[in-house]
Amino acid sequence: MTWKHKHLLGLQDLSRQDIELILETAKSFKEVSSRDIKKVPALRGKTVVTLFFEASTRTRISFELAAKRLSADTLNIASNVSSTSKGETLLDTARNIEAMNVDAMVVRHSLSGSVFILAEGLKCSIVNAGDGCREHPTQALLDMFTLQEKFGRIEGLKIGIIGDILHSRVARSNIWGLTKLGARVTVCGPSTLMPRGIEQMGVEVCYDLKKVLKDSDAVIALRLQKERQQDKFLPSMREYSRLFGINQAKLNEASSHLIVMHPGPTNRGVELSADVADGKQSVILEQVTNGVAVRMAVLYLVLGTKTE
Amino acid sequence: MSLVKVMDQEAIRRSIQRMAHEILEKDKDAKKLALVGIRTRGVVLAQRLTAAIKAIEGVDVPMGILDITLYRDDLTLVATKPVVRQTSIDFDISGMKIILVDDVFFTGRTIRAALDALVDFGRPAVIQLAVLVDRGHRELPIRADFVGKNIPTSKEQNVQVILDESDGKADEVIVED
Repeated sequence: MTWKHKHLLGLQDLSRQDIELILETAKSFKEVSSRDIKKVPALRGKTVVTLFFEASTRTRISFELAAKRLSADTLNIASNVSSTSKGETLLDTARNIEAMNVDAMVVRHSLSGSVFILAEGLKCSIVNAGDGCREHPTQALLDMFTLQEKFGRIEGLKIGIIGDILHSRVARSNIWGLTKLGARVTVCGPSTLMPRGIEQMGVEVCYDLKKVLKDSDAVIALRLQKERQQDKFLPSMREYSRLFGINQAKLNEASSHLIVMHPGPTNRGVELSADVADGKQSVILEQVTNGVAVRMAVLYLVLGTKTE
Repeated sequence: MSLVKVMDQEAIRRSIQRMAHEILEKDKDAKKLALVGIRTRGVVLAQRLTAAIKAIEGVDVPMGILDITLYRDDLTLVATKPVVRQTSIDFDISGMKIILVDDVFFTGRTIRAALDALVDFGRPAVIQLAVLVDRGHRELPIRADFVGKNIPTSKEQNVQVILDESDGKADEVIVED
């Protein structure tokens, strides 16, 4: 099994073997993060830049820690301080950063597909940390890693993805990844937030949360992106929470081995009630721990392929 | 291409047995002793040495597994990254006498990487090296403390250690031209 990709732009472009290699590699890196000395020299002398045009704490810190634990040097650039606020284009900003001999750029941008522009226009490796509503591959990979840890496999698992599917890059990446690895995915959410033709991605659609909870091994609750709700997709937050929010009463009707995941940040009381978010079935913090391991694996693999 | 069998199952068994005796001869009560096998075949050899030590002295010596991939000095030179596998050392190595175990001792670069990896886990009192085959051609000032067999080779030759547990075939050591 060898890795042949210079970039990680999405799980759509990866094969099942690629995804399995990342998950396998991440196991070793999880062990590294559990040591007293949490650092290995694998990427010594490499420079990794995080270039974020959208707010993020968890993902950016996770990537930064991942790079640092591999001994790479890191640099963080946030959009509000970058030159794009002075009118520079995305590609120009990135090219200028690259001109300082950067080896990899971890990019988050509000435009779907923006990472492709960078991958084509730059020589360094690009890792997608979320592009618009399209993909957020490392989030899906850490979700899959967590599932594999919990169940020992992904093949045959029944996974529910709950919430705003329309705007969710996490949902899309998870659908690509999980279906490639043989899981059965059901998406559930308000019909206004359900993309038309989503079934073509190989998933089932169900509008009844209780049924999904009952039928699933794990559910991924998505964050309701309040910043993307200005177009009146929902009558009210309260109604959303009543129909699609997960609380302990609804969980009690489902199997006790069901696990609840969330990519964060959680709107407590909206998609998850506080007792569920902090409850026994929640693996939210384990997901965060696994995120560093998965991102270490991605950086290690992506920076390994020779750039022609 | 010619293949020469330089050690068979019995020779390997006797070598491991002798090395276990030598290790115990130098460290009688084996109280602070621990073995760390370097993936892949060093692990198998470390398991066999641990079992032999148990059979001789009745002591359970802790054993760890080391994957040195992330510490290699040629990571930036190879075209595709080698597959990383897990390291597992579930005891504190600080103050211990650690014996690193590997199958073939060649340039010494694997051992250098292993030393770097090991000190990230703590500060052992002593680190020693046990190898099944020493084929010469060192590129670094490193030597082995316990050697199963010295096999003179040319640099171009390939030495292959086959072990039942890792390869699913009868034990042997082969020199390939």
